[in-house]
Amino acid sequence: MSSAQDKTDPRDELVDHLPAMRAFAMSLTRNSATADDMVQDTLVKAWTNIEKFQAGTNMRAWLFTILRNTFYSNRRKAVREVADIDGVFTDQLSQKPDHDGRLQMRDFNVAFAQLPDEQREALVLVGASGFSYEEAAETCGVKVGTIKSRVNRGRKRLTELLDSSDDEAMELTDSATMAVVADRVNGLM
Amino acid sequence: MTKKHQSNGDDPIEANLKRVYDEVIKEEIPDRFKDLLAQLKAQDGSKGNDSGGATQ
Repeated sequence: MSSAQDKTDPRDELVDHLPAMRAFAMSLTRNSATADDMVQDTLVKAWTNIEKFQAGTNMRAWLFTILRNTFYSNRRKAVREVADIDGVFTDQLSQKPDHDGRLQMRDFNVAFAQLPDEQREALVLVGASGFSYEEAAETCGVKVGTIKSRVNRGRKRLTELLDSSDDEAMELTDSATMAVVADRVNGLM
Repeated sequence: MTKKHQSNGDDPIEANLKRVYDEVIKEEIPDRFKDLLAQLKAQDGSKGNDSGGATQ
């Protein structure tokens, strides 16, 4: 195959970051087809611009930067597209609501999708991908304080949204119970 | 609610974020990406722009 080269090629490491790239892309787009297209674009860009990667630095942060740049430039191109919103709902419909955990997850996904992009990505980078605040700041090209405040605002908003969906569920249960009780009472009379 | 989130266990937001993220992480990498990498590698090899030895 390829002629033997002694020095390691950073491009050989790209494959190791694919799962994380897909997960990050998915959290940005909430749509697996769009996410994988974005990952594909990112791979090609990384491959052809590999000389811009500084050996010994954080390759995942570098790749995530390319990925989010791709996301935001695609988004600008398709401002009025509603595909992402459709994606959110089809993704949710495909989840079987047969379990409390599933329902909870669905509530979470609905709430999460309502957050601004900047808060979503900050939450995912710090809360799920294991990035430090510093790495997340570097990836997004903003100050550490900005990431911290996005994380805090995102958490606050998520908590509000989840609390209100809990209340709704509770109200539904209550009125269902009331209806049953009312029927019973009526039946007895 | 001014708890510091040092343990992930009792932080439902973090738990959900991780669950959604890890679900994708655990998926097998679609073939299209392996194919793409192989294709990029092959393209690069055929250009042979390494160490200036253009053989033709």
